[in-house]
Amino acid sequence: MSRILQPASERHAETHPLTWRLHDDESPVLYDEYRATQGYDAVIKALEKFTPESLTDEVKAANLRGRGGAGFSAGMKWSLTMKGEGVPRGYIVCNADEMEPGTFKDRLLMEQQPHLLIEGMILAGYANRARQGYIFLRGEYHLAAASIQCALREARANGWLGPDVGGSGYDFDIALHTGAGRYICGEETALINSLEGKRANPRAKPPFPGQSGAWGLPTVVNNVETLCNVPGIINHGVDWFQGFSGGQSTDGGSKLYGVSGKVKQPGLWELPMGTTGREILERAGGMRDGLTLKSWLPGGGSTGFLLPEHLELALDFDTIGKAGSRMGTGLLTVVADNQSMVSLTRNLEEFFARESCGWCTPCRDGLPWSVKLLRALEAGEGESGDIELLEQMARDLGPGKTFCAHAPGAAMPLASAIHYFRDEFERGITRPRGEAHADPIPVGSV
Amino acid sequence: MTDMNTTATIASDAFVLDPADREAILEERAHYPYPQAASIEALKIVQKRHGHVPDGAIPAIAETLGIRVADVEGVATFYSLIFRQPVGRHVILICDSSSCFLTDYEELRDAFIEHLGIQMGQTTADGRFTLLPVCCLGACDRGPAILIGEDLHGPVKPAEIPQLLEGYL
Repeated sequence: MSRILQPASERHAETHPLTWRLHDDESPVLYDEYRATQGYDAVIKALEKFTPESLTDEVKAANLRGRGGAGFSAGMKWSLTMKGEGVPRGYIVCNADEMEPGTFKDRLLMEQQPHLLIEGMILAGYANRARQGYIFLRGEYHLAAASIQCALREARANGWLGPDVGGSGYDFDIALHTGAGRYICGEETALINSLEGKRANPRAKPPFPGQSGAWGLPTVVNNVETLCNVPGIINHGVDWFQGFSGGQSTDGGSKLYGVSGKVKQPGLWELPMGTTGREILERAGGMRDGLTLKSWLPGGGSTGFLLPEHLELALDFDTIGKAGSRMGTGLLTVVADNQSMVSLTRNLEEFFARESCGWCTPCRDGLPWSVKLLRALEAGEGESGDIELLEQMARDLGPGKTFCAHAPGAAMPLASAIHYFRDEFERGITRPRGEAHADPIPVGSV
Repeated sequence: MTDMNTTATIASDAFVLDPADREAILEERAHYPYPQAASIEALKIVQKRHGHVPDGAIPAIAETLGIRVADVEGVATFYSLIFRQPVGRHVILICDSSSCFLTDYEELRDAFIEHLGIQMGQTTADGRFTLLPVCCLGACDRGPAILIGEDLHGPVKPAEIPQLLEGYL
């Protein structure tokens, strides 16, 4: 039950490729309507005019960057996937485990337009010579599950899935796999383990999933929004996709941006990649009356805090990266002037501590420790040295210290909150450093 | 392998897998190249009928799928939405992630605790409600958001709780 806040009259095929079919009343776009509005045209075109290699090249040339948050080129990922003579056909897995705090975009696409995702997966499957697709959907998305199941039946009944897709001789089907909680399932190798029916611990890389993924076969994991961009690229071409932002960004295509927090009108908008944070916030009507913006997260709990002055920046992967944060999922979480950065950081680190899978020591033990320190600061019972210790922990939780990006994701808001709002943390220090200092507390107690 | 891998050593609470559930589990199994992949779905099938996953269901699922008991137990203890103890007829999942935190989820949580007279993680004495935290429900534009059973609600104001819960008997 997400909402796109642009009315249908403002959304068109070439300007709003992800959302132009969506209804103002939020009812799903079913098969007949989807097919009557260019739906599955991209599959017909791809099967007729593209080889798997040339389709991969097309997506690579379009510079479609992963919308799950990492921003890695989808075409590059596909080109690095083993395929061809003598290589067993593998899997396309859609990462629909949307659980990044502050992110509610994939829900919209799956609930209201599941055929676009299916079409994107068929194209990805063809490009990667996959034998089967899986949609890994978080268990709490009940409406999306019903919508996808209905669309899969419709697609099968109309020959878009099954032994002979679109009459081409290419065989491909998709199954829906629903999860049972745990944020770590969104990490692509943890997701593969979970898909295999195992505990969702990430895997060591290499080998990357493109070499050895689900059940040891080449596997491509792409986010929902990423896959939903592929039909538009095939229908309208690489130049259209690259020119989408009108020069405001080097990244191609449109983006589902959103805002949550204490704004007048939280919601989602499909806008050209590289739209500024300022424009997105204005679409949300600005802060609620009486509040002013203190800080914001550009795209989820694992991105770094930014300041109001950064609202002028283009919200794309490179620009926000240069500003010291990450665009992540591109859905802004805004913090008002009367909200405590220490409390919010504590809330975020509690989340990451609880959701750690427990495999790597810095993550499993470090995150609960950071929560303990933050709680003390929040209660005004911090000791001198606590902030420096938190900074050290943020470094020790950074990239390269653990098997996956969970701990580095947790370190980003922690380090940036201290960087920009150190005075708020300092106000929590009321005691000299004692002998027994903030020992790690057991897992599970936060 | 160890004794953990045989059904005989697992304390059974005389659990009998419902034939319809067994059928549903075998249908799920057909979606994957290996049966272990259906284990999470199997746990969810059992949970849908019983409200939670009784200990005796673990060897029953293992046997149905032809996989090791320890592997089923492993996933049954990892995933937060698999309940290993009885829960209320309606599980209330309160989102406690950043966007709901910033839209006053703590007030809402405290109001639920007060209204129901239980702490987070507990079940009301009449077996009607269980309160649990959940990570970001992906309804940040409607924070603070909660999920009751399969129903998403938000934004929820503390004063609306009594009326909201009337629909869940």
